[in-house]
Amino acid sequence: MSETPQWASESFWKKMAIWVTAGSFLILVVLTFDTLSQTTAGGDRVPAYSVINKKVDYQFNKELNKFMPVIGGEELLFGKTFTEEEAEQLVTLGKKTTQAKNCMNCHTLLGNGAYYAPDLTKAWLDQGWLTVELREQQMLAFLMDPEKNARTFGTGRKMPNLNITEEEAKGVVAFLKWMSSIDTNGFPYNFTTIYAEVD
Amino acid sequence: MSANTETVNASLPNKLKAFHSWAGVDDNTLNNGQKLAVKYFMGAIILFIFQILFGLLAGIQFIAPGFLYEILDFSVNRMIHINAMILWMLYGFIGCTYWLLEDESGTEIAGLKYGVLGFWVLSAAIAVVVLVYLFIQTGAGNDTTLWLINEGREYIEAPRWADIGIVVVMLIFFYNVVMTFSKGKWSGIAGVLTLDLVALAGLYVAGMFYMTNITHEQFWWWWVIHLWVEATWEVLVGVIMAWSLMTILGVSRKIVTTWLYIEVALMFGSGILGLGHHYFWIGTPEYWLTIGGFFSALEPIPLVAMVVHAVYDSGERGFKNMNHPAMAWLIAHAFGNFFGAGVWGFMHTLPQINLYTHGTQWSASHGHLAFFGAYATINIAFFYIAIQHWRGNVWMGAESQNAWRWKWALALLNIGVLGMTIALLIAGYEQSFIERAIGGSTWGGYFAAQTHPSFLSAMHWRMLFGLVTASGLGLLVWDLLTIGKGETRKAEVIAPAE
Repeated sequence: MSETPQWASESFWKKMAIWVTAGSFLILVVLTFDTLSQTTAGGDRVPAYSVINKKVDYQFNKELNKFMPVIGGEELLFGKTFTEEEAEQLVTLGKKTTQAKNCMNCHTLLGNGAYYAPDLTKAWLDQGWLTVELREQQMLAFLMDPEKNARTFGTGRKMPNLNITEEEAKGVVAFLKWMSSIDTNGFPYNFTTIYAEVD
Repeated sequence: MSANTETVNASLPNKLKAFHSWAGVDDNTLNNGQKLAVKYFMGAIILFIFQILFGLLAGIQFIAPGFLYEILDFSVNRMIHINAMILWMLYGFIGCTYWLLEDESGTEIAGLKYGVLGFWVLSAAIAVVVLVYLFIQTGAGNDTTLWLINEGREYIEAPRWADIGIVVVMLIFFYNVVMTFSKGKWSGIAGVLTLDLVALAGLYVAGMFYMTNITHEQFWWWWVIHLWVEATWEVLVGVIMAWSLMTILGVSRKIVTTWLYIEVALMFGSGILGLGHHYFWIGTPEYWLTIGGFFSALEPIPLVAMVVHAVYDSGERGFKNMNHPAMAWLIAHAFGNFFGAGVWGFMHTLPQINLYTHGTQWSASHGHLAFFGAYATINIAFFYIAIQHWRGNVWMGAESQNAWRWKWALALLNIGVLGMTIALLIAGYEQSFIERAIGGSTWGGYFAAQTHPSFLSAMHWRMLFGLVTASGLGLLVWDLLTIGKGETRKAEVIAPAE
């Protein structure tokens, strides 16, 4: 039998394994630095937490041919203007609450999580809250007593009562409003917001 | 210590001895690393049972949402379902490593007592975490909850104190591995294994921080999840496969080592940047659509290589081996890995498709077949390798007494998981159309899809096949407890070819 050619030898593939792994990892590290700097809160893709003081919408952009968040003028949350610091505090409370209540094991956030309950990426903009005026109160009431304010849409699936306090509920609403302003490259597609005029 | 506990402690070794003699296993046939390995394997099987049990509960809740409402909600059942899965597979992998450590290094395990201590610490920590999941479930929206109850991040929900414990135990495990190879001899398999374990343990740390910025948080979260299951775990099963082919089929070391390097190059070459397919829609820049789409589309290639390697080498050795159930599960692994991780992953990995399938039952379909095909199968193969030795290296063939048990366990588990996969795939297709494309992913769209007849029937079929899977597991456990008992023929030891 002839000898193993170089390209099929153990030593060749050992070197390949090392170089390919090291090279790929190096590229990942470089891209990680770039991605983290492009997605710091306050940038173009991930708005500052004080975006909760403004109107957030999500519309189809014909030029870019995809859905994009649209940040408008003032639209206060709970009738209050939050400083950047206060806004970050409230969103942080909301984010910690979503983790502490294990939201992700029924819902998806940015499409990740479980599939037992609806995606929360654009929950702030959902027409399920009926009107812009009613929205805040409806959300607070739902979060604090989901049994009584159940929205099962014929599935029989009810959110359990998770003992969310009013302050935590406000935090969650602020977090959801802020999350809906993130540029998610057009996901979800074809979403009709609560602001859309019904023809 | 009270007199009572002392009696219990004193009788524990006796009970263990009685169990060993009932099960027909003999510790004297194992080396010290293997004695520790079988502890991990037994832990793995217990966690496997938990995984299936809580999976069934969660599956029932899709059909009957009122079931255990506000007692054990879907979120709790699903969390235990996926956590038990990750953990039993890790237990299996750690067990496999301890199992082959002394043979591969040619010396006795270093730091055994720390390894044993690590096993008990890890198992006690898991028991506490599960009790807290079951009885406390959630907490207030503050750091105390994240440290003590639940971090609320899919797959890595374990509270922070447990994270730290896991890292410490991993360091002990890593110490055992490195010190043993350093004391004995290094090999290609040993080198790949060690470097892979460094990456595996190091990556876990990326998931141990709280961040308010959800884009950053999910960015790092995927470092753990993706770089575990689509990179480092795949290489780990490559190592286990290489060693198994050498041990049970007698394939030459040179061939398995060369293939292992090929697999590492292809796996890390596609899988590391394939991470980008999780960065399509979480707020990260658009270039990830290109990078993630391209590299993740390459991810099936190493899995094809693994099938070719396993099947070619088995055929080349005429499938001559002394452990038929292990061999059957290894072949199930090669194909399950390719179809579950490779084909099912590829089907929805391109961003043009993923825009509609992301966050639907598509992912659940892929998840079920991939975790089972890639990881459950090879762990089960190893359970059979271990039990064969523990029972004194007896012959385990297709025509042995009661061989129907392992054959039916193999069939039921594979049919069960495949059935669930297809049912979830149909649900995922339906969701992609009705909820995503037409309904625009609004809540109205979501619920329209959830109440559609094809979704509802898919959930019933999933339940049925879940029960098939559970019956397969029952049979598997029964088989592992009894296979080879009373078998008098010894398995011939197959030495690796030169």
